[in-house]
Order: sequence, then structure tokens, then C-alpha cells
Amino acid sequence: MRPRPLSPHVTVFRFQYTMIGSFTHRMTGVALSFGLIVLAAWLVGAAGGAQAYATVSAALGSVPCQVLLALWLLAFCYHLLNGVRHLVWDLGYGLEKREARRSYRVTMAAAVILWAAFAWYLFLAHAVSP
Amino acid sequence: MSLRTPLGRVLGLGSAHEGVHHWVVQRVSAVALIVLTLWFVLSLVRLPLGDHAQVIAWMAEGIHPVLLALLVLTAAWHSKLGVQVVIEDYVHQRHAKMALLIVNTFAHVLVAATAVLAVLRVALRSFA
Repeated sequence: MRPRPLSPHVTVFRFQYTMIGSFTHRMTGVALSFGLIVLAAWLVGAAGGAQAYATVSAALGSVPCQVLLALWLLAFCYHLLNGVRHLVWDLGYGLEKREARRSYRVTMAAAVILWAAFAWYLFLAHAVSP
Repeated sequence: MSLRTPLGRVLGLGSAHEGVHHWVVQRVSAVALIVLTLWFVLSLVRLPLGDHAQVIAWMAEGIHPVLLALLVLTAAWHSKLGVQVVIEDYVHQRHAKMALLIVNTFAHVLVAATAVLAVLRVALRSFA
């Protein structure tokens, strides 16, 4: 059988910046999938008793893990808001080129703001409070 | 000439009805996850994460274990569907694709089952 054309045809389209939003949705989604393992590890640690929880907490509290967790939080904020954007599209709204471009910019900005708010409370306010 | 019936064209389900089901579940789980993930993150914000006793007290309290289990199950399901599409889109070698799709399913079931068991252990301990 002759090779069939396979989706997605990423390279055949002229580049438009809204493509970044689409691709980022996938990448953050896959990143969050791996984050699920961390969530499971945290729950298993909590269920395993004080000793196990302390081990998991220490690992998650290390600098590389904190950086990863902060990035996951950003991925979550973006995936959440862009997911809502997708759901609105699925209802048939906001599909015009101008609307899609505007919602792209709003989503990007809102994701960073939401991330900053969550990160402030989770990483900084916690560190200060006893 | 198409052999599809007019009804089949209108319903647009395809031959196996699989595509639409995948699409719908992806969206329904997304809606549920909006609520569940926001509840979880906002809870973490208020929880003293370094204090094990307080963390498990929160996990076992009231409706929390139910929401935690639903969060893990819904997130794993949504995640499995999403990664599946990524594999189907980018892996074109037949056997590699099959193998990855199976690994994807197994890994998600494993993570979900492990996490739910952990939630149950904490929740049921309060009855012991």
C-alpha cells in the first residue's frame, strides 16, 4: 500500500503564533501526566506514616524538585485555562481568527498571573509561616 | 460513491463509534477536572504541608477522601486519553505504536490504583 498522509501536518502550514498555544497545550498536558506520578508518590508517602511522609517531603523540598514543582504549577495553570478555551471552542464560540488570537493572548497572560498567585502562596507564604 | 447511509453521515460516529466516545470523555473529564484540581490546589495552599498529622487529618476529613480519589481517577483517565492521542499522532511505526499505547494504559492504571489505595488507607485508618 502506498504511504498515506499522516496527521498532524505541522510542517505544511504557514507558521502562525497561535500554533504555539496549541503545541504548548500538548506539552503541558504530557508534563502534567508525569506530575501525576508525583501526586501519587505524595499520597503514598502520607499513607505510609510520618517517617515515609518525611522522606517524600524532603525529596519534594529539594531545590531541583521545587523548581520542577513550580514549572508543573505553571503547566497546570496554562493547561487549565487553555482547556477552558478549548471547551468554549467546542461549544462553537470564539472560532474567528481575531477572537482566537485575542483569547490566546488573554490565556497566556492569565496563566502567568494565576501561576504567580498560586506560587506565592504555595512556595513563599508557606516558607515564611511556621 | 459513498456506501454510508444518510443516518450514518448525520450521526458522524464512524465505523466503531470509538472516536466520538474518546472525544466526549476527554471533554467531560476536563470539566470535572476544572473543579477537582482547583479544589486540590486551593486546599494545598491552606494546608501546612510539612505537618504529617495535619495532612492525613485533612485527607481523611469528611468528603475529602472521595474528592481525592475522584481527582486521581479523573486525572488519570484524562491523562491516559491525552497521551494516547499524542502517541497516535507522532508514532507511526506500527509495533512501536501498539507497544506504547499498551504501556500508556498500564502506567496510568498503575498510578491511579496506587494513589487510590493510598487515599483509602488514610481514610479507613480513621475508623480503626
